[in-house]
Amino acid sequence: MYIIVVGAGKVGWNLARELLEKNHEVTVIESNRRRYLTVEQELEHNVTYGDASELWVLERAGIQRADMVIAVTGDDEDNMLICQVAREKYEVERIIARVNNPRNRPHFDLLGVKPSVSATDLILRLLEHEVPEYGLVHLLDLQEEQLEIIEMLLGKDSRVTGRRVGDLSMPEGSLLISVLRDGKGFVPGPDTVLEAGDEVLAVLDPGREDDLKVLFGPAVDGNGTG
Amino acid sequence: MLSEGHQVSCLDEDPESHTRLEVGLEKGWEDLGGQFTVGTGLETDALLAAGIEKADAFIAATNGDNTNIVIAQIAQRRYEVPTVIARILDPLRAEWYRQQGMNTICPTRVAIDMLESAVREGAQREAV
Repeated sequence: MYIIVVGAGKVGWNLARELLEKNHEVTVIESNRRRYLTVEQELEHNVTYGDASELWVLERAGIQRADMVIAVTGDDEDNMLICQVAREKYEVERIIARVNNPRNRPHFDLLGVKPSVSATDLILRLLEHEVPEYGLVHLLDLQEEQLEIIEMLLGKDSRVTGRRVGDLSMPEGSLLISVLRDGKGFVPGPDTVLEAGDEVLAVLDPGREDDLKVLFGPAVDGNGTG
Repeated sequence: MLSEGHQVSCLDEDPESHTRLEVGLEKGWEDLGGQFTVGTGLETDALLAAGIEKADAFIAATNGDNTNIVIAQIAQRRYEVPTVIARILDPLRAEWYRQQGMNTICPTRVAIDMLESAVREGAQREAV
C-alpha cells in the first residue's frame, strides 16, 4: 500500500517506521524545517518538507495514488481538513485522523472525517479495563454499525448470580454472547447458571449500558432476587 | 454593519480585541448595540454565547485558513446559518471549497488582481 503520514512527531515518525518495516511505501510530510531535518536523517527520501494543508504539497507527495492518508499532527483543524480534502477531492479510500482535544471529536464527525483516534479516549478505555469499579468495559464500538460489545464482571452481590440465563430479562437490543469462567470462555445456553466471578460479554445497541449495569449489578435492598 | 442598523456579534479569543472594535467610535461597542464574546470558533459554548443559533449571517475571518474552513462548515452544517462566508488566503483551497458550495473570500486573489491591474494601468500611462 502507498500511505501518506502527515506530521513527523513521535506518533508520525514511529508509525512511519512500523509501516516501512511492514514493506509499505510511505511518505511522511512535516512542516517544521528542523524536525524535518532530524527525521530525514533516518527516513531519508520517505519524508518530505511542507505544509500538508496546502494542496500542492499533498500533490507533490503523490496523494492521487495514495491508498491511505493518516493525519497525526498536533493540530485538530489540520488533521480534519487534510483528511477531508484527501477523501473528497483526491478520493483516497482510507483515512485516519488523530484527535488531540477530545472535545473536537464532534467536529471530525460533522466533517465526515472517520475514523478518528483520540489518545485521551484510548486511555479512558484502558482505565475502565484496569479499574474494576467502573464495572462495565467497552470491548468494541462499531459507531457506523450502531453496535457495541461490553464485558462485565459479576460480583458476589450481583443480582443475577445463581440464576439461569433463560430466566434473565435481558433489555431489548442486547444479547448475552459469552461467559468467561476460570479462564475459559463458552457460549451460554438457557440452562447456564451464572456464578460470582463470571465475566459476561454482551452485544448491544449503543445507549443500553445503563440497563445492563442495573441487571448485572449488585442487588439493591428490597429489590433483590431473593 | 453595526452603523447600518444590523445587530453584530464578534467572537475573538483575545479580550484586547474589544478595544480595537471601539477605535473611532463615539460610544462604547455595547452601547451601540454590539455584542462581544471571548472564545474560539471551535468551542460550542462560545458559538452559542455569541448567538450563532439566531444568526442570519456568519463570517469566519480569523487569521487561520484552517480554522475558518472548519468553523464555516460547523456554522453551515450544524447550525444551518443561511449565509456563511469564509476568509481563505490560500487561492487553491479557496477555489476548491467554493466549488463545494462554500462562500469564500480570498484576499490573496483580490490583491493579485488589484496589483495586476495597477501594473497594467501604469504601463499604459507610460506608453502614452
